[in-house]
Amino acid sequence: MSDAYLLYLEDIQKTYGDKLVLADIDLAVKQGEFCTVVGPSGCGKSTLLRLILGQEQPTSGKLLINGRADVLHPSPERGIVYQRYSLFPHLKIIDNIMIGLILPLPFWKGIFKKKIIRKEALHYLEQVQLAEHAHKYPHQLSGGMRQRVAIAQALIKKPQILLMDEPFGALDPGTRESMQMLIIELWERHNMTIFFVTHDLEEAVFLGSRIIVMSQYYLGGSEKTDGQAKGARIVSDHSLEKASSTHYKESDEFGKFIQQIRKEGMDPAYLQHVTQFNLQHRDSFQTLTSEERAVLQ
Amino acid sequence: MKKDKTWFRGLHAAPPHWLRLLLAILPFMLLVAFYLTASHIRHTENPQDKLLPTITKMGNAIKKTAFTEDKRTGKYLLWSDTFSSLKRLLAGISMAAASGFLLGLNMGLLPGLRSMLLAFITFLANVPPLAILPILFISFGVGELGKIMLIFLGTFPLITRDIYLAVRKIPQNMIVKSLTLGASQAGVIYRVIMPQILPRLIETVRLSLGAAWLFLIASEAIASQSGLGYRIFLVRRYLSMDVIIVYVAWITLIAFSIDLILRKCITWVFPWYNPKMER
Ligand SMILES: Nc1ncnc2c1ncn2[C@@H]1O[C@H](COP(=O)(O)OP(=O)(O)O)[C@@H](O)[C@H]1O
Repeated sequence: MSDAYLLYLEDIQKTYGDKLVLADIDLAVKQGEFCTVVGPSGCGKSTLLRLILGQEQPTSGKLLINGRADVLHPSPERGIVYQRYSLFPHLKIIDNIMIGLILPLPFWKGIFKKKIIRKEALHYLEQVQLAEHAHKYPHQLSGGMRQRVAIAQALIKKPQILLMDEPFGALDPGTRESMQMLIIELWERHNMTIFFVTHDLEEAVFLGSRIIVMSQYYLGGSEKTDGQAKGARIVSDHSLEKASSTHYKESDEFGKFIQQIRKEGMDPAYLQHVTQFNLQHRDSFQTLTSEERAVLQ
Repeated sequence: MKKDKTWFRGLHAAPPHWLRLLLAILPFMLLVAFYLTASHIRHTENPQDKLLPTITKMGNAIKKTAFTEDKRTGKYLLWSDTFSSLKRLLAGISMAAASGFLLGLNMGLLPGLRSMLLAFITFLANVPPLAILPILFISFGVGELGKIMLIFLGTFPLITRDIYLAVRKIPQNMIVKSLTLGASQAGVIYRVIMPQILPRLIETVRLSLGAAWLFLIASEAIASQSGLGYRIFLVRRYLSMDVIIVYVAWITLIAFSIDLILRKCITWVFPWYNPKMER
């Protein structure tokens, strides 16, 4: 059954030294989902993303990409857009996009195929509306433009899943909004699966087709850390309506939902027991130990 | 509006272009003027003075070394000396640059190699090269190889360490990104990171050249039959300050030109590097 999912995590734990960051993460994501992840700052969102990417290894647990477990290190199946340092400073914009098609070839073949590859790269550059900047260097572009290049750079590899770690976090609000519209458009056009980490609740609710809330504020849990800081878990999981325009952000419904998510995830005083998490999404599941389950009776 | 910009004084000074040129030339002119005055004073006291030769004497020295065949060897000394010295210098520094670059690059990216060699290279960097010059002369002979090895050993550890540090500063994210774009492990090292480090190599070589000249001249002074350093220490016996000063000025000019060429090379070949750097 775990094969039906593009991304499948079971009992994932991650510790740094003595510090438990992720405690028992269970997550299954279907192909085509735009999955946004929110949670209090420092709860381990980026850590989770790095585990999925293969940049780091889980301390324990099962992680499958398309049913395969042999995905230890970063590979072309998983694309990444970071908040910064995403582009190669020594390459022009067009070469930054072409590099994804050139690197897998032996370098002499890269030279012969350059023309075809350049054409395809230009096509992607047009989709992020940057064709006229093809021959500039990254340092000559604004932050928003650079992120658009980074998105095109990842897109050209047609990754099975695109991971984004606060990609718009460093942009000003206006640029941010246009980037949000762009990513929704690209997601629909390319039928992508996206895993999008953000600290901005509005952004998460606006963009996602599914929102995952992580938090270290909850009751119970089998790990023996009661009293100390706990490792984060997924405390709530909802499917979201597709936003058609930015006006959605002004609606009452939108505001109420934000309030609910803020309470479930961000409020240190609002503590739910592990058995009471608001896991409404049809793909969500939870592996509980017998002690945890015992509380239910 | 009150003019709040000065030309010279203070944090906010904005010297116009002509003034900047003038200011740059000024210390040179002062040096020359100072020398000429001192030389003049000494020559009025003693026309045979050797310590501060006059411009005419130095002109003669240039004529003698650069444009007259040496009676004993039949060579134009300045040119043949320059040729032998540059050969040694370039051989030593390019060997050091090539091997230091490859080693530093790989050490920066491969934890295994790093664990094995980092302490060793740091240790090597602390060996005073001139102190092992006798060892080099004994093991490689007093010919060309010994001198080239001195320059190599004197600059190689520093170049390696500098490249290593530059590679370590590259964010891990960029390496991960390259892997997601389909780079092989060798591809990450040689097709993604190496091109980014190349300008840093040129900068490191620029800085190492000073040390390279030092080792070159020291080894030529001790055991040699030709070379700029050899000549300077040879004519010292005859107190030929005129030749010495001409040679020193010539060495300085060469060193300055090499540095200039390398610097221009960075701005031309790597326009993305240090975009805000002042020329
Ligand atoms: N390499 C690391 N070594 C030690 N602790 C780390 C490391 N990376 C992250 N952490 C810790 O893990 C926690 C979660 O970090 P992170 O995933 O960046 O949180 P978020 O993205 O939710 O803000 C933080 O408390 C951070 O201090």
